[in-house]
Amino acid sequence: MEMHFKIFRFDPETDREPYYRDYVVAAEPQERILDCLNRIKWEQDGTLGYRMSCAHGVCGSDGMRINGVCGLACQRLVKDFQGSEILLEPLPHFRILKDLVVDMEEFLERVKAMQPYLLASTPPPERERLQGPEERRKVEDVIRCILCGSCTGACPAMDENPEYVGPAALVWAYRYLFDSRDGQYTERLRALDDHNAVWSCKNYFECTRVCPKGIPVTRSINLMKREINKVFGEKGPAS
Amino acid sequence: MVFKHDVVIVGAGLAGLRAALEVAGSADVALLSKVYPTRSHSGAAQGGIAAALGNEEPDSWEWHMFDTVKGGDYLTDQHVAEILAQDAVRAVYELEHMGVPFNRTEDGRIAQRAFGGHTRDFGAAPVKRGCYAADRSGRVMMDTLYFEVVKKGIRIYPEFHMLDLVVRDGQVAGVTVYELATGELHFIQARAVLLATGGFGKVFKTTSNAFANTGDGVYLAYRAGIPLEDMEFVQFHPTGIYGLGVLISEAARGEGGVLRNDLGDRFMERYAPTIKDLGPRDMISRAIYMEIREGRGIGGKDYVHLDLTHLGEKRLAERLSDISSFVRIYLGLDTAKDLVPVQPTCHYMMGGIPVNVDGQVLDASHEVVTGLYAAGECSCLSLHGANRLGCNSLLDLVVFGRRAGLKMRGELAGIPWPVVPEDPERAVRDRIAEMKGRRNGERAARLRRELQEIMTTHCSVFRHEENLVRALSDIAALKDAYARVGVEDQGSRFNTDLLEAVELEHLLGLGEAIVASALARKESRGAHSREDFPERDDENWLKHTLIHKQDQGFRIFDKPVTITRFQPKPRAY
Repeated sequence: MEMHFKIFRFDPETDREPYYRDYVVAAEPQERILDCLNRIKWEQDGTLGYRMSCAHGVCGSDGMRINGVCGLACQRLVKDFQGSEILLEPLPHFRILKDLVVDMEEFLERVKAMQPYLLASTPPPERERLQGPEERRKVEDVIRCILCGSCTGACPAMDENPEYVGPAALVWAYRYLFDSRDGQYTERLRALDDHNAVWSCKNYFECTRVCPKGIPVTRSINLMKREINKVFGEKGPAS
Repeated sequence: MVFKHDVVIVGAGLAGLRAALEVAGSADVALLSKVYPTRSHSGAAQGGIAAALGNEEPDSWEWHMFDTVKGGDYLTDQHVAEILAQDAVRAVYELEHMGVPFNRTEDGRIAQRAFGGHTRDFGAAPVKRGCYAADRSGRVMMDTLYFEVVKKGIRIYPEFHMLDLVVRDGQVAGVTVYELATGELHFIQARAVLLATGGFGKVFKTTSNAFANTGDGVYLAYRAGIPLEDMEFVQFHPTGIYGLGVLISEAARGEGGVLRNDLGDRFMERYAPTIKDLGPRDMISRAIYMEIREGRGIGGKDYVHLDLTHLGEKRLAERLSDISSFVRIYLGLDTAKDLVPVQPTCHYMMGGIPVNVDGQVLDASHEVVTGLYAAGECSCLSLHGANRLGCNSLLDLVVFGRRAGLKMRGELAGIPWPVVPEDPERAVRDRIAEMKGRRNGERAARLRRELQEIMTTHCSVFRHEENLVRALSDIAALKDAYARVGVEDQGSRFNTDLLEAVELEHLLGLGEAIVASALARKESRGAHSREDFPERDDENWLKHTLIHKQDQGFRIFDKPVTITRFQPKPRAY
């Protein structure tokens, strides 16, 4: 079938402002949106800029806005867009580098600020640290994060507070806060008790809706809020 | 611009990250990656990492070593397999201590599951040896190591592509790199360069590999005069999603899944009576094609079914959730209820850059090239021999990535700063200008598609002299056409149009090396199956293939296999 695409274009080096370009490609219903993008690039317009690598939702390279919804171009299929034009735009809340390619640096810096590594308070034993299946289950969902940026791109709270670390960073905070092997529970919790951290989340649930890996992001953030209230006393969301 | 670092690591998958952690603190190390590090292809590894922890049932490193050797159809260098199996237990505990979220047994230990070719008592029955985190084991290991690297403050250059490896007088001088964001060329002078650039499944049409897997390090080493070892051994994973090649982990069969033909028969019972669906990958991929050839593909077509319906939703959710989601997204099927259509998909390269057990690259005289190291899939130890076992590659990355790091740390003081040739980026700069100058030249995408067709038609699971000769001449014609390749994008920012054209040179060179090596080996062993020479021939072919680029064409020679504990025996499962 013929698919009609409208794609955001902007090369800050040569374009004064962004514009949209139309493309028409033949595609099979079960093909990925990424397959269409590749066909456009390889057969029609070599200048189109976007990222991709694994093409099956593991590497997280091709996060973008597809008909207004953030997600991975390799996880959305043509058949879900039959009869409609497909609008492709870069992830919101990210600086645009070229076309659909955005600057990941600030996003990654915010994740790194969560200290997303194990800080154990005891030296490692000879064998593994023991962790029961129930303890392990606490991190089961969040370890699916692939750092694609879809959640942070989709989050309306990022508009309200550009200093908000964003849902992805909080997923990584959760990952280590609830790892039974970590020894920095109170310190991590204290860092999260901040206007720019958990309290910027206003439960829009957009992150949960768009996450390509099905992580219950909002619920995870709420669990951290509850934990803060439990440990440091009731605060409620800061205004 | 010329940068200078003691150590440059090219590739930030698991091997590169693990090596970096070992060198950091004692040298100035830079980690270079063509993608963001967390997007490296180690992250696509699903099943797990092998180690004889014995957490679920008795196990021993000797059994693991034996399985690795037999899995490799006795082409494995046995002293390497011994290091791997012995060091595995330490390596897995180390990962756990770093924070890798392995699944757990009821008593809190690292959970383990069965995997193809891993057995107890030297082949008696399957053993649970694969340590795993659901079916995203590679991804969580890579994330863990990446943030350790971040914690240590190691310098990372993301989205920098290596376009040239400069070796002068037996010593590495550095690498020429292309900065994707700006289009600038830089030369990084280094006393040690570690190539950890992964595989090159993109020479084939159907592959589990990422678009980034174009074998840049392997080809650039080859171009710089390093021979390549055992290139004919290409692993086709039995269970790629039909038509797409997306991987369905062997863990699916480790957890009890079975393959079925059009009659609904569990056909692996006939090919590997003892361990059945947990046979080695080369054997199962051949069995699938035999079933298809004999008319028992599903509906007479070129695929079979993977049956997971009896595993139950709980186990699928806890241990195989990613593959269940791939099946749901791409096929609209439910692994708990539906049979999954699968066919073999190009997955892993056993061959690559020859190295010793400390990751030092060996030249055509088997001598160490000063300052040049390789680890991971781009290297050939030769650990995996003629066929790699599942769960042994993640292990290879952390065991031998670490060893390469240790060696670099130890050797660095004795390696003088190399002499940098005048204007070292010049050859690359000229080449780029030439390709950009041919705006309406041959399209790289078209030539790449043709190469992938040729390789898939003539050089995949089954091979024959006639096909291989044909493939060599077809690739030669493509190389001629490549001399006219052009680049439409004239810009300097994120010019992937240009890089795809550059990568095609790598793919063409590596495709040719695979075919030429396959043509040279006149026997069938492991993943290399010659229909005109269907038997393994230890008398004449128990040796490694080496291919060395010459001014015109290439030269093929060989070197012996190291055999220590296990004499070659017929390989039955």
